[in-house]
Amino acid sequence: MEADVPLDDLLRPRSPPAAVLVLGYGNPSRGDDALGPTFVERARAAAAHLEVPGGIEFLTDFQLQVEHALDLIGRRLAVFVDASADAPAPFACSEVAARRDDSHSSHALSPSAVLQVYADVVGGPPPRCRLLAIRGESFELGADLGTAATANLDAALEFFAREILRQDGGP
Amino acid sequence: MAFELETAAHPEGLTRVAIDPVSRVEGHGKVTLMLDEAGHVHQVRLHIVEFRGFEKFIQGRPYWEVPVMVQRLCGICPVSHHLAASKAIDMIVGAKRLTPTAEKVRRLMHYGQMLQSHALHFFHLSSPDLLFGFDSEVGARNIVGVAAAHPDIAKKGVLLRKYGQEVIRMTAGKRVHGTGSIPGGVNRSLSAEDRATLLKDIYQIVSWSREAVHLIKKLHLANPALYNSFGSFRSNIMSLVGNDGALDFYHGTLRARDDNGKLIFDNVDYQNYRQYLSEEVKPWSYMKFPFITSLGPEAGWYKVGPLARVQNCDFIPTPLAEAERREFVDFGGGGLVHATLAYHWARMIEMLHSAETIKDLLHDEDISGSDLVTEGEHESRGVGVIEAPRGTLFHHYRVDENDVVTFCNLIVSTTNNNQAMNESIRQVAKRYLDGRQLTEGLLNHIEVAIRAFDPCLSCATHALGKMPLEVELIGADGSLVDRRTKGLGG
Repeated sequence: MEADVPLDDLLRPRSPPAAVLVLGYGNPSRGDDALGPTFVERARAAAAHLEVPGGIEFLTDFQLQVEHALDLIGRRLAVFVDASADAPAPFACSEVAARRDDSHSSHALSPSAVLQVYADVVGGPPPRCRLLAIRGESFELGADLGTAATANLDAALEFFAREILRQDGGP
Repeated sequence: MAFELETAAHPEGLTRVAIDPVSRVEGHGKVTLMLDEAGHVHQVRLHIVEFRGFEKFIQGRPYWEVPVMVQRLCGICPVSHHLAASKAIDMIVGAKRLTPTAEKVRRLMHYGQMLQSHALHFFHLSSPDLLFGFDSEVGARNIVGVAAAHPDIAKKGVLLRKYGQEVIRMTAGKRVHGTGSIPGGVNRSLSAEDRATLLKDIYQIVSWSREAVHLIKKLHLANPALYNSFGSFRSNIMSLVGNDGALDFYHGTLRARDDNGKLIFDNVDYQNYRQYLSEEVKPWSYMKFPFITSLGPEAGWYKVGPLARVQNCDFIPTPLAEAERREFVDFGGGGLVHATLAYHWARMIEMLHSAETIKDLLHDEDISGSDLVTEGEHESRGVGVIEAPRGTLFHHYRVDENDVVTFCNLIVSTTNNNQAMNESIRQVAKRYLDGRQLTEGLLNHIEVAIRAFDPCLSCATHALGKMPLEVELIGADGSLVDRRTKGLGG
């Protein structure tokens, strides 16, 4: 991070990233909030048998924050995966666009806010981003994934392999 | 007991305004304001849903799982819990003194966390208010506004945060849910490759941190009337202080001063914290109210965090931050600075100190050493205390003969600041809201005061649809007069 290097160059990854990013977030110890990280765990195992052009990378975190905008640089597709108390069961999949919502400057950004940070800090067109919001019911500390949430997770994983990877991330 | 504006003398006939939860503050927080028909403030309370069930979550587990499991308590400062729990468990396994490598690797992890946490707070949570003013248009008063008007600040903020997280990843083993700190030490030291990577960038990080101190100092000095008075109140202060009186975020003894800077206690071994601190329960809040036992709840409450730490220590053991501390102390004119907005100034001094400390640790050969763990005679009780980004954090455990945790008590930083935050918003309510029409900008004044403390409500549950900001105006008869809701959907 030499002083004479332009800031924009410092923001970019030091090596080319995988073309597809799957970012699941949530607290693994808060009941159905574990849907995001658990999705990543299982999708990673499933994707090991797939040839994804440009490669695929899986990340998990507790919640989204400004630095995740940097994780989007150089991707063709990013898939955010989160538990949702509002999504219809078993899940909802939507396109994500940059938007100045009220999660900006909070301890936990929305996917749209992450894209907005990308637009404002990184600049240029972001990758295509999709949000897989898996229906969750209970978010108590120390609880396991519920039965309904587990079924929703299965459906979301099947959709991910069939629709997202093959259409957007795959051959 | 009750403080001024804590409880209305005649709540009947008052209008209740609820800000629920507080935006830009994690988890579930709610501010309620009770106004009379003329708009005069009669009651102000900050309610926070605390760590309900956390003790139960930990009890029944073997002690060696605790340093990893406690990271699940909080999505914002998991490293703080990881290290405070490790220090407590160190006592249980008889590791009274860690190996030099273990202590330095833990310190590196912790100072990396301080750097990234303080960077996020200043550059992304608070600078929108500080740069644009509390009454500015909402769209400008967020990081988008900062990025548009000050693109370098936003970029440097992201890069500072990223650097701190890289320090955490390299010392804890993973980006989240790290396992680096274990009972009695660490399970890894810094590899030569990681050390070289961090060393390459650290000088730039120190430079940017120094710029940040100068920026907040400039803002403070440009408008001292506002910065010195906004939400300000006098109180005791408390923090860990290094054994030589130095600012130390990782280890030391407890020191408390009164509002004039006179020592209340000093050199207190935190294993005995319960002899010095008590917690009061109030019926209207889940969060307890800690106080210094000898002074009682009315006079014994205190503030923790950057503003307390920078003034409680005798010196800062890195040169650039020490020079800034001296200037800060001079600004106080011989007394303690109690301005709530001075938290930001003190926080940036701490960020600079963190960057300098990381630099020093990276130049220390012990950081890549191989002697990682120590152990001694096991005990059944241990207390671990660190200075987390938001203030003093206590972890206290007892284990049985089967090494299973039977007792757990946590006093987190935000709990330590509970009364202080309530005081601050009462001052703001009296000054800015009394007798005036409620507006978005005025309500934001309340939030600005809370944000200065950088509270972590530690609710890592963030599922979509769970984070609305709701403002309710309820009439004297209990009916809903008006409601304003902000949520992720905008």
